[in-house]
Amino acid sequence: MDKTTLIGMASIVMAALCMAIGAIGPALGEGKAIAQALSAIAQQPDASSTISLTLLIGLAMLESIAIYCFVIAIVLIFANPFWNFMVR
Amino acid sequence: MHLTPDHIVVARWGFAHINATILCTWILMGLLVICSRLLTRHLAGPEAPRSRWQNAVEVIVVMLRTQIRTLCGEKGDVYLPFIGSLLVFIGGSSLLEVVPGWHAPTASLSTTAALAFLVGVAVPFFGVLSQGFIGYFRHYLKPSAIMLPLHLVSETSRNLALAVRLFGNIMSGAMIAGMLLAIAPFFFPIPMQVLALLTGAIQAYVFALLATVYIAAAVKRGQEE
Repeated sequence: MDKTTLIGMASIVMAALCMAIGAIGPALGEGKAIAQALSAIAQQPDASSTISLTLLIGLAMLESIAIYCFVIAIVLIFANPFWNFMVR
Repeated sequence: MHLTPDHIVVARWGFAHINATILCTWILMGLLVICSRLLTRHLAGPEAPRSRWQNAVEVIVVMLRTQIRTLCGEKGDVYLPFIGSLLVFIGGSSLLEVVPGWHAPTASLSTTAALAFLVGVAVPFFGVLSQGFIGYFRHYLKPSAIMLPLHLVSETSRNLALAVRLFGNIMSGAMIAGMLLAIAPFFFPIPMQVLALLTGAIQAYVFALLATVYIAAAVKRGQEE
């Protein structure tokens, strides 16, 4: 197996792994956060505006972790610096 | 398929070229300036009946002002022009996605990095405005001077996160539509496009909200001491 094949194979496998593993953590965390917020709203409907505002901020923070993984996966597949270097 | 609109060259003169990001940004800026000029030309007073367009704009302004006031208190109205411009620009660039041939400028990392840089400048600016130069920059040395690099790293990384989050979300929307167009054309890309519109609107809100939170944190820190 020459170097180019190895780089291509490793990039694709790692992009898939990055997305797969990187989605687990944020998904679990977001599910937990939303469940907590829903039960809090059910107990105190008056505070729902404050709770949902804080929830949205927290979700945005959590979501960015999954987005980092996605960006890295996209870079590995479409704009891989090592691949570009080898092909050139 | 292009990763970002940076790669789509619209016009070229010698070594200088105009890409789709620059073109769409200027179109959007012109559109926003003309629209806001037209909408605010004949504003009705507090008692007079409102026109349809004024109502529409007031909905956005009042919603934003309530949000900012919940986070910053009554003095938050100062931040309304800055936060509002961010929201309208990002929201407009995503919602114009319904126009064929439009490339959202926020799908390019350059645009989102510039927006995040604006937030990164605005946070110390409003902090200095409220607490004075020494008062604001003193918190970098708290609880001790050893924490200075950590403060700097945390500020840089959160602005980086702001840029990458917006870029990733908007770019993924355009990307998924492009991929599905190749796999299952005609019907299936349309629901995903609707989803991308929703994501764009939510991300505009989230960006504006996080900018408000960062500014509020910088300003509140001085009031508590």
